[in-house]
Amino acid sequence: MKRVVNTLCFMCSVRCPIQVEVENNQVLRIRGNPHVPAMNGGICPKAAAAIAGLNDNQRVRFPLIRTGERGSGQWKRVSWTEALDYTADRCKDIFDKYGAKSSIYCERANLMSDISKSFQKAIGSPNHFTHDTVCKGSINTACRSIIGYTDGQINADWTNAKHVVLYGRNVFESIEIKAMNSFISALENGTKLTYIDPRVTITAAKATDYKMIRPGGDLALNYALMHVIIEEKLYDAQYVRRWVEGFEELCSFVIPYTPQWAEKETGILAEEIVSLAREVSKVKPAVVFHYGYRGSHHPTETYFRRSILILNALMGSIESKGGLFIKKGLKDAGYKAGLKTFSSQKFPEMEDTRRFDGCGQDKFPIADPAHGVGFMLPHAILNEDPYPIKVLFAFRYDPLLSNPDYNTNLKALKKLDLIVASDVNFGGTTALADVVLPESFFLERSDPLQMGSSLKPAINRRTACVGPRFDTKPMWWIVKQLADRLGAGHYFPYETAEDIWNYQLTDLDIKIEDFDETGFVSLSDKAIWWDRNDGIKFKTPSAKIEVLSNLMESHGIPSLPPYEALDEKPGAFRLMCGRCVAHTNVMTQNNLYLNHLVPENRLWINDRRAKELGITNNDRILVESKAGKGEMCAYVTDMIHPEAAFMLHGFGHVEVDSKRSYGKGASDALFQERLHDKIGGSPALDHSWITVTKI
Amino acid sequence: MGDYIISTNPKRCIACHACEIACKSEKGLPLEVTLGKIVVLGPKMVNGNPNMTSVFVPCFHCEQAWCMESCPTEAIRRRKKDGLVYIIDSLCVGCKACITACPWHIPQWNVEAGKVVKCDLCMDLIDAGEEPVCVSVCPTNALEFCKPAELSNNTREAYGRGLLEKKLWATKVR
Ligand code: SF4
Ligand code: SF4
Ligand code: SF4
Repeated sequence: MKRVVNTLCFMCSVRCPIQVEVENNQVLRIRGNPHVPAMNGGICPKAAAAIAGLNDNQRVRFPLIRTGERGSGQWKRVSWTEALDYTADRCKDIFDKYGAKSSIYCERANLMSDISKSFQKAIGSPNHFTHDTVCKGSINTACRSIIGYTDGQINADWTNAKHVVLYGRNVFESIEIKAMNSFISALENGTKLTYIDPRVTITAAKATDYKMIRPGGDLALNYALMHVIIEEKLYDAQYVRRWVEGFEELCSFVIPYTPQWAEKETGILAEEIVSLAREVSKVKPAVVFHYGYRGSHHPTETYFRRSILILNALMGSIESKGGLFIKKGLKDAGYKAGLKTFSSQKFPEMEDTRRFDGCGQDKFPIADPAHGVGFMLPHAILNEDPYPIKVLFAFRYDPLLSNPDYNTNLKALKKLDLIVASDVNFGGTTALADVVLPESFFLERSDPLQMGSSLKPAINRRTACVGPRFDTKPMWWIVKQLADRLGAGHYFPYETAEDIWNYQLTDLDIKIEDFDETGFVSLSDKAIWWDRNDGIKFKTPSAKIEVLSNLMESHGIPSLPPYEALDEKPGAFRLMCGRCVAHTNVMTQNNLYLNHLVPENRLWINDRRAKELGITNNDRILVESKAGKGEMCAYVTDMIHPEAAFMLHGFGHVEVDSKRSYGKGASDALFQERLHDKIGGSPALDHSWITVTKI
Repeated sequence: MGDYIISTNPKRCIACHACEIACKSEKGLPLEVTLGKIVVLGPKMVNGNPNMTSVFVPCFHCEQAWCMESCPTEAIRRRKKDGLVYIIDSLCVGCKACITACPWHIPQWNVEAGKVVKCDLCMDLIDAGEEPVCVSVCPTNALEFCKPAELSNNTREAYGRGLLEKKLWATKVR
């Protein structure tokens, strides 16, 4: 009999609400959840390819123990008991000698994170980090330094915005269906979009105005915009007076950063900068300068992201219709409690609380320990700083290919005594693992409930649609089994997903059955806005928007340091990386359909520069940087700034078990140097110089 | 001509190909077979501005269906009630005449089955009161499934005017 299941997608991290049609334990079709208006039944190509992913024989199908060299693809199929016992026994040996702190747990932040963090705490290690740190660590830090909230706690009101400025935020190629759909409708109704990127994207093609900026010039552009906005008094004076701390200092800070000055740094004409400032100001506060996500990852990233938020503050657009809003949760909707967490239990004191990354400690005092600084992983392993690292739990996250400097990452991973990987597919790190604990596909498993904070908060549920195709398990089960064997099982008081849900709902008057019909429980039927004159609850020490940041200054980090000009390297290209709609980071390249749609990445280079180098479209080229070298194909085009080169992130897989993606394209991590933002901890993914030669 | 059409609003289409993949996935087709295709021009620079135009090309269920006329076994038929042109799978002998005949490259060779498949606008779904798969999954609602008379013109007209303003035609017509 056919039935439909409302659940949450996990082909990427957005977790769109979907509806799955099932018959005889097979998934027949996937749609956007019709109960969620902005989805309107839509799904993206990744979700459309999910059934192929589910039934893929190249998935990790059963627990494996490595028998050959690391990465050789030689495995022994074992039972779950054997795999788990083996893992736990090896951990025990290592922990006896080096302590549990010698283990690091990394994951893609997801519905499981609360349980993962509890696992590390329960076994006595302070070391946990998520994929987020590589993507948006500095955005998070910038947000917290200015408004006291993380980037995950704010969002843009796409529907009502009148002018949106995006910096490499390629919303139509790295899509979040609900937001994108609302935004397309807004564009149809006359909303303006200014898109700033050294490269033309589909978002650029949809923009009212596209500006091909010099790679790395975004910060200079923003300072010049502030200059004009302040000089011409285009800001929202009342809002600024009420909410902004440090406005005077900002005024004197931006004096030297004239549009004429910025012209050189950005390649954008001074008069265009002036007119952009005037244009956006006309429709304030229904303005969004978007703070994330891809693009412009440089060593000064925290300042760049801060500059975006300052522009929003000047427009009075934070917590305003058509601007940015602070997401509201259960408490704002009138509930007394939140979802109960596992990580708030009382765990044993750790003998050593120093983290491997120094996040929230000596090395990155103001970065967010909730995500950690993944960039430090190879450093900590190779230099045994602050102590020897021996075990890595890489759970559905691939530090080898996600972190810059592949060669160093590889060296570091090979130095480990034990790599325990859990994933749906074979990734770079999984291929190096000693034990592989295969996670069930998202359509095969139920996961912990998701708090969906928003203007209209809701709680969402992922429910298993079919039984596992292969001998795989949900991660919460795997973690509990390991904890059991390491003597910490009692922190995981559940046997089934229902037990987890009940635990999470302990303090709330909501029952599991309440999710059955639509897949979610809505907590407020009207949008919750705070009063812009008096009611915005900024979480900074001053309860205001802190251009002069207490968080930063109290750690001796200047809020408004003088601008440093971009360096130049004639003959070289500044390498940028980014996303396409077909793939999620390094995770989906081996999917049957997605691999067919976008099988490999090519290096985008400007046609004029290519001509000088004698390179034509599709030529094989050698790409070299200080970090490494590799081969790929060239894509010669007038759609990229002459100083920049661009490649899609996520290719260059060399794990033999992923047969479709094996050896296709090159990995951006191979060419990216180990450069990072020392404040927020994000890798400077777009800062390396490369040279290109025809082969 | 069949009673129904699928039209694309190029202003909304983001060339994501979810429509194509969902069709393949739902019908269990081999990789090479794409029944409804997204044809994308761009993004590319036109007079210094980035531009992109995309059109979805499903079967048109032609008035004079070349595929049907060319089929020696009468495997391709037209439904009386709504004019949809479809293949009776069991009658297809794999001669590929229809593939050659169709000017739009709609019928496709299914290597795995040794037969031809073609877009039938998801007849079974239409009969069940639903929309074709491609239309229902499009994340931006760029595809519209309707009878020609019901076609909502405004957005596309505005789009055409936009293109004229950007002088896209001038560069495209060579
Ligand atoms: S954007 Fe696509 S992959 Fe990501 S959650 Fe939504 S439907 Fe799934
Ligand atoms: S699914 Fe919609 S947006 Fe995506 S390519 Fe097809 S028509 Fe365009
Ligand atoms: S397959 Fe080609 S010829 Fe036949 S009805 Fe469709 S578009 Fe016309």
